Amino acid sequence: MTLLTTPQEKAELLEAAVKGRSLWEDARRRLFRNKAAVGSMIVLGTLTFLAIFGPFFWPHDYETIYNDRVLEAPTWEHLHIFGTDPQGRDLFVRLLYGLRMSLAVGLVATGVSLLIGVIWGATAGYIGGRVDQIMMRIVDVLYALPFIFFVIILMVVFGRNLILIFVAIGAVEWLTMARIVRGQTISLRKKEFVEAAEAAGVTSSSIVTRHIVPNVLGPVVVYVTLTIPAVILTESFLSFLGLGVQEPMTSLGNLISIGAREMEIAPWLLIFPATTMMITLFCFNFIGDGLRDAIDPRDR
Amino acid sequence: MLAYTMRRLMVAIPTMLVIIAVAFFMMRLAPGSPFDTERALSPEIRAQLMSFYGFDKPLYIQFLDYLKGLATFDLGPSLIYKDQTVSEIIGSGFPVSMTIGLAALLLATFVGVPMGLFAALKQNSLPDYSIMAIAMAGICIPSLVTGPILSLVFGVYLGWLPTAGLDLGKMTFETLLLPVVTLSLAQIAIISRLVRSSAVEVLRSNFVRTARAKGLPEGQVLAKHALRAALLPLVSYLGPACAGLITGSVVVETVFQLPGIGKNFVTSALQRDYPVVMAVVVLYAGLIILLNLLADLAYGLLDPKVKYE
Repeated sequence: MTLLTTPQEKAELLEAAVKGRSLWEDARRRLFRNKAAVGSMIVLGTLTFLAIFGPFFWPHDYETIYNDRVLEAPTWEHLHIFGTDPQGRDLFVRLLYGLRMSLAVGLVATGVSLLIGVIWGATAGYIGGRVDQIMMRIVDVLYALPFIFFVIILMVVFGRNLILIFVAIGAVEWLTMARIVRGQTISLRKKEFVEAAEAAGVTSSSIVTRHIVPNVLGPVVVYVTLTIPAVILTESFLSFLGLGVQEPMTSLGNLISIGAREMEIAPWLLIFPATTMMITLFCFNFIGDGLRDAIDPRDR
Repeated sequence: MLAYTMRRLMVAIPTMLVIIAVAFFMMRLAPGSPFDTERALSPEIRAQLMSFYGFDKPLYIQFLDYLKGLATFDLGPSLIYKDQTVSEIIGSGFPVSMTIGLAALLLATFVGVPMGLFAALKQNSLPDYSIMAIAMAGICIPSLVTGPILSLVFGVYLGWLPTAGLDLGKMTFETLLLPVVTLSLAQIAIISRLVRSSAVEVLRSNFVRTARAKGLPEGQVLAKHALRAALLPLVSYLGPACAGLITGSVVVETVFQLPGIGKNFVTSALQRDYPVVMAVVVLYAGLIILLNLLADLAYGLLDPKVKYE
């Protein structure tokens, strides 16, 4: 064992020892050690980048119809690298638009569910008592609704409009979020470190912002990453039944449903959108699992 | 236990009422009507149709009439298929959906449980990782992708099984195989993950260590002690699982062109056939509530730690 000689080394070591790592720093390190999660982030980042910027640089447009190139197999000629659809439109650029739409629905609808769920759950958990009971009873009743049927009725009844898709799916997904947030809030209020903060005279608003919110954030972030793929699935399910986004706009589910219809003569119309969808869902799930392992303190 | 069941059933009544009310008013307040045809009907005929079906009464009276009908199991006539009552439509579609759903659930349990247990026993080994990778794939690949692909491979390329279609009253093994497999894949994945994580926890627990310490052979430790505890979460999962099978079956029935209740629902909703839509919603909501109750009761029977007062 070598002794520390210089005072400078000693100071450095002392500083390193004193400078602790925060909870989030810890979680970040664990997340970046998870190869599946990091790989998924890279793949998903690339896909998102392509979906957003790809169409600007592609020679074809998503609604341009080439009457002489209907159902062409993937070819380098005219740069239809993923082939063309039954209307003679370029599949690659339509796939990019579809992915863009699916990602947008996933993010916005999850945002809606996050907003409703966190406010509802935190209010119920923080106020407690009778208010909590009534609020959670409402959630229980809503849980029993066959929601997919209600989304279908909504889409049929009010027409297929894009904002409605966002809101309808978001309104379906907030229930679990509310439960998670409420449970976390209640258990946190009884924790020793909150008591300690109260005893030390910290104001209740500071307790909420400094102690409750950062601790609720972990499970919420994990649940959000797992909600996004669920939302993408719900949207594609609606589009598959012909109730989602409308032509000429498209989404992954819409492309898959066209592919399923034409698969016997044009399998590429099914294979490319299906693969894209699988990769996207894989990525979100791996990131979600990685985040859960990184953030969940129970597994430490 | 009886008191608990009664209380749960009492809670179920307002829940059902809310569901019926939401579905009813949502459909009625919507623009569009079942009598919108290509050729506009003359006002007199339209008015007669409206009064025949009672649509000219105030909405709340219609709602009360509907509830009265429900209480006597009268679901009314279909607005689109004039020669069929709603009960007949549901009666022809439901057996198809139920057969597929139950078969898929059985298949998922018999494949998923052994997979999960095996993975838990070989925790953190190659078999464990490969089983969990397969399960991850099952969760990420939705039925609207697996359905068409299975049908493409086994129906079109290999030609072993029919790709679509099912004659009413003639449900053969061949026609049902692909839909059932498609529907069960995601469930297999979820069940095996669930069983694995609960089995891993159980195998680490004190009572399993005690069983081993008193010298029981490993087979008995697993069969008599670990298995029962490890399968508990599965029991409470089966309620929501049925809900999953219901939504999944809408896609599967569409992909494989089966005359099930899910497909009925989508077409009726598109045609504004209110009574059929309402009947499907009521039926499924009732089923979900009932199955959740049964799952909870079964949980109480299996887990000695749970007591219902």
